[in-house]
Amino acid sequence: MLTPIPLDLRTALSLAECDLYSNLVTRSTGRAVRGQLESMLSEMQGHRLAVLDFSHVGMLDFSCADEIVAQLLLRFGAGLPATAPAPEPPSYFMFRGLAEAHLEALEPVLERHGLALVSEAADGTTQLVGVVDTDEASVWQLVVRSGGGAVEAIASFADTLRIDLHARLVALARRRLVIQTAAGFHPLRHH
Amino acid sequence: MTTLLTVPPSLDDASFESLLQPLSELPDDARVLLDARHARWASPYGLIGLLTLAQARGNRPQFYPPEDANTASYWARAGFFRHAERLMEFLRPAPRSRTGDSNFFLEITPITKTEDVHGVVQHIQERSKAIMETLGFPPSSSMGFSVVMSESCQNIIEHAGGPGWVAVQTYDWQKRLGRRVVVIAVSDSGLGFRQSLEQRHARNTSDRWDDGAALEAAVLRATSRFSDPGRGQGLAGIRKYMGRWDAKLTVRSGTARIGIMPAWEEDQRALVEQLPHFAGAQYQMIIPQAVSP
Repeated sequence: MLTPIPLDLRTALSLAECDLYSNLVTRSTGRAVRGQLESMLSEMQGHRLAVLDFSHVGMLDFSCADEIVAQLLLRFGAGLPATAPAPEPPSYFMFRGLAEAHLEALEPVLERHGLALVSEAADGTTQLVGVVDTDEASVWQLVVRSGGGAVEAIASFADTLRIDLHARLVALARRRLVIQTAAGFHPLRHH
Repeated sequence: MTTLLTVPPSLDDASFESLLQPLSELPDDARVLLDARHARWASPYGLIGLLTLAQARGNRPQFYPPEDANTASYWARAGFFRHAERLMEFLRPAPRSRTGDSNFFLEITPITKTEDVHGVVQHIQERSKAIMETLGFPPSSSMGFSVVMSESCQNIIEHAGGPGWVAVQTYDWQKRLGRRVVVIAVSDSGLGFRQSLEQRHARNTSDRWDDGAALEAAVLRATSRFSDPGRGQGLAGIRKYMGRWDAKLTVRSGTARIGIMPAWEEDQRALVEQLPHFAGAQYQMIIPQAVSP
């Protein structure tokens, strides 16, 4: 299991020389914040699970949502087609503290890029935000419900399976919505 | 020779056009005298339009401030004279004001760099709940108002390539609409939409390409000068909020103006072309008080 690395966006904002502001607004601010996040991520070794914490972010506009969230996901391979080589080692992102107002800016941005992300609520439950089809959502739920593991173990939690589960899991891992390791597939989870 | 441009008694987005017709026929460096002596009323669009007009000129226009004491005092409280003094040659002193006007949620504010957008957002965020409550919207909608301000101001930084202005004011539109409205005006003297989008559009040379087409591409289809699909979302987001609030959005650039019209203005044309040329881009957003179901 990966150890989640918390990345506080307020800290990234202040490191990006924007410490006078509490809002994630403007594209140039977003670029500077993403630069800081990428620098923090580059110091992590191996598989990486970064938890981006929005709890202390007052406001997020479309431009900043695009520069920080969408561009970060894209740079780490979340938007690549399944046949394209993915960046190694893989990085995964979980988002915490996303309020309704943040989602208003974030959802159209994800939609525009065809991206999705895993959002963690205060009680530790997770949900998908963004573009996912019904099969993807149900397979993802299966991984969460099973707690992850080998494909057969995950499959045993399904009532019926009419799809190629392995292929679906690989695709979800490519979208960075589940973690793929030698031991199988695992939910993005904060322990 | 100096050309006299008489500022209309009531200066708003429609009457502002009367200043642009004679101006469009003059060379950039021609001397201009803006005569506002008989002005009695001005909208945020009108006031920042005058500043943009001065900014876009090759030399400093001369300026007569309003004669009416109340009008002059109001323009002073809006912050107009403070900024105009740097751009125009005053032929008569104008009053100074240290106190703002409570109807101005945001007095006239220059936008030249990213920090200015942060400043506007910070200022508006502290007032946005009051603004939206004034209009009968739930406090949760205040964040959307701040996002609209952020996106419309940063278009100046990202696309205009020149300085700009923003102002927000509330009015009681009893006669016109029977409701209170909040008006956001944003203006710049930069490239304008056609020039900004031209390079990207040049790939499809068979299509019609003018100011109207550029506005349709940017406002209706969220086209950006960047090929990245993540760009162009600001205007799309502004449109979404305008629709949600039954608000009116107009964007003028070059010789055209496009409007996203709510039901209360559906008799207005969405695209108006062959206007006199004016630099940059000018936005106006009118958000009316919510009607109880």
